[in-house]
Amino acid sequence: MAHDAGTDTPELIAGDGVRRRDFINIAAVSAAGVGGALTLIPLISQMAPSADVLAESSVEIDLSQIKPGQAIKGIFRKQPVFLRNLTPHEISEADKVAVSSLRDPQSLAERTKPGKENWLITMGVCTHLGCVPLGAGEGEVRGEFGGYFCPCHGSHYDTAARIRKGPAPKNLEVPVYEFTSDTVVKIG
Amino acid sequence: MSFPWANNYTPQHPFMKWMDEKLPVPRLVYNSVGAGYPVPRNLNYWWNFGFMALTCLALQIVTGIILAMHYAANAGVAFDSVEHIMRDVNWGWMLRYAHANGASAFFVVIYIHIFRGFYYGSYKAPREMVWLLGVVIFLLMMATAFMGYVLPWGQMSFWGAKVITGLFGAIPLVGEPIQHWLLGGFAPDNAALNRFFSLHYLLPFVIVGVVVLHIWALHIPGSSNPTGVEVKSESDTVPFFPYFIAKDGWTLGAFLFIYCAAVFFAPNALGHPDNYIPANPMSTPAHIVPEWYFWPFYAILRAFTFDFFIVPAKLMGVLAMFGAILVWFFLPWLDKSPVRSANYRPLYRKFFYVLVFFMAALFYLGGAPAAEPYVMMSQVAAFYYFAHFLIIVPIVSSIERPDPLPFSITEAVLGHDEKPASAPAA
Repeated sequence: MAHDAGTDTPELIAGDGVRRRDFINIAAVSAAGVGGALTLIPLISQMAPSADVLAESSVEIDLSQIKPGQAIKGIFRKQPVFLRNLTPHEISEADKVAVSSLRDPQSLAERTKPGKENWLITMGVCTHLGCVPLGAGEGEVRGEFGGYFCPCHGSHYDTAARIRKGPAPKNLEVPVYEFTSDTVVKIG
Repeated sequence: MSFPWANNYTPQHPFMKWMDEKLPVPRLVYNSVGAGYPVPRNLNYWWNFGFMALTCLALQIVTGIILAMHYAANAGVAFDSVEHIMRDVNWGWMLRYAHANGASAFFVVIYIHIFRGFYYGSYKAPREMVWLLGVVIFLLMMATAFMGYVLPWGQMSFWGAKVITGLFGAIPLVGEPIQHWLLGGFAPDNAALNRFFSLHYLLPFVIVGVVVLHIWALHIPGSSNPTGVEVKSESDTVPFFPYFIAKDGWTLGAFLFIYCAAVFFAPNALGHPDNYIPANPMSTPAHIVPEWYFWPFYAILRAFTFDFFIVPAKLMGVLAMFGAILVWFFLPWLDKSPVRSANYRPLYRKFFYVLVFFMAALFYLGGAPAAEPYVMMSQVAAFYYFAHFLIIVPIVSSIERPDPLPFSITEAVLGHDEKPASAPAA
């Protein structure tokens, strides 16, 4: 490159020392850089949930066989969902607690549908690291607050499935749901 | 490479001469792990674990590639394909047990290798880069081992994957999207299993690459030694081949004896029976723990049951768990003592043994149930663990009065040094 950076080339644009070749260099490298960076989009987003996974987004569950004090496990997005018919005692236990004293302040009414306060529907996924808490099955440990207990790292949930003790940061998540009839609920 | 008196490679055979001109791989081997690499003459048995670790890596890659020929990474058949390996594939049971126990053996060796570094100050200048690369290897090993444990798709596999990816859910705001992105779904399923298999196959070769850098960085200053005194003259060293290879070979034999005893007579001693139950997303095993080599860090994760100032307990546990390893990256600068070996550091030596005690406690507590008194004990041990690196090591290194060092390695070995003071520059 004998003429490299020469000041007497015909490409020199008058006065300011900028050559046309500098512009071509910058334009070519920029275009290649942006293009290269854009290829990361498919490489990264291919890992996100695929269309078939996202498609399994709602499920209908029949509640008619659940007596007060009982709970069942349903499946929503390949994860367990707890559907519990609260007893009047469990409802009063939940309402007794001062909401402001909770780690994740929510009242039972905020976690249920109006007129259906006895139906507590939550994900069966501990908000700590995702284990399935105990308490929905017959005879399982229900923790110090009578709701759910996660055996993995010792999180205790109360009768409104609110976090009361242990490492979990949030209450058990209430999924989006609606009652399609008196006894059937559609989750998702 | 490092010392002027190192043996020089001189090919004899015409083919080797031809080879040396075109592609000097034999020269590279000779200079890095042959007679051309002088090592301190006083290396003790704690220096044999690097070679053992390399053997473990080779063992894992060979058995792993073979297992991949019979394994199917699909959530529907993965569990059955592992049972197929165990029952139907010729020697499949042995290869799988060799691979599963090989992971444990690898970690036993690596933990000893790391604690050798803590005791003898191997992380200090001029070997900081060797240490940093070593920590990178350890992190890669943990990632590889975790993903490998998911592949059999048993109960512990599934819930291990769920809990470990759940760690990322602790990150504020973007945590849950990141978790879903890592899993390719809302819970571990086929997408997660497939990518874990892909990465489990890839990462060991990344480890090989970092091991090459680790050894390269080591060979620039040369190996450390139990006195921590740098090599001064030729009488301080012996060629790696045959002297140290012979010693490595003897301990490798002893290691393989113990390893084979585990593979053939107690292959499931370190495993969990729950992992012989196919993965069930609806039910978490009552006592869920990771593999034993994660227990100290798992105990630290579980120690944070309370919010730490404004940081929620969950995030704090995750930060502490990663921090427990990341703090090692800063060790070369936290320890300001110019004396390397704890043999000459009476105060540091005591604290080293206290650290070993608390590390052993964390090992025990990480495998214990998440209940009292274990949680409280984990909190004490986790506190001490961080205090050791962040408070005790810096303070001890500035107030300690070390014992007198020997003049040279030769003096330390023979009691006298005939030819002192011909110290080469650098």
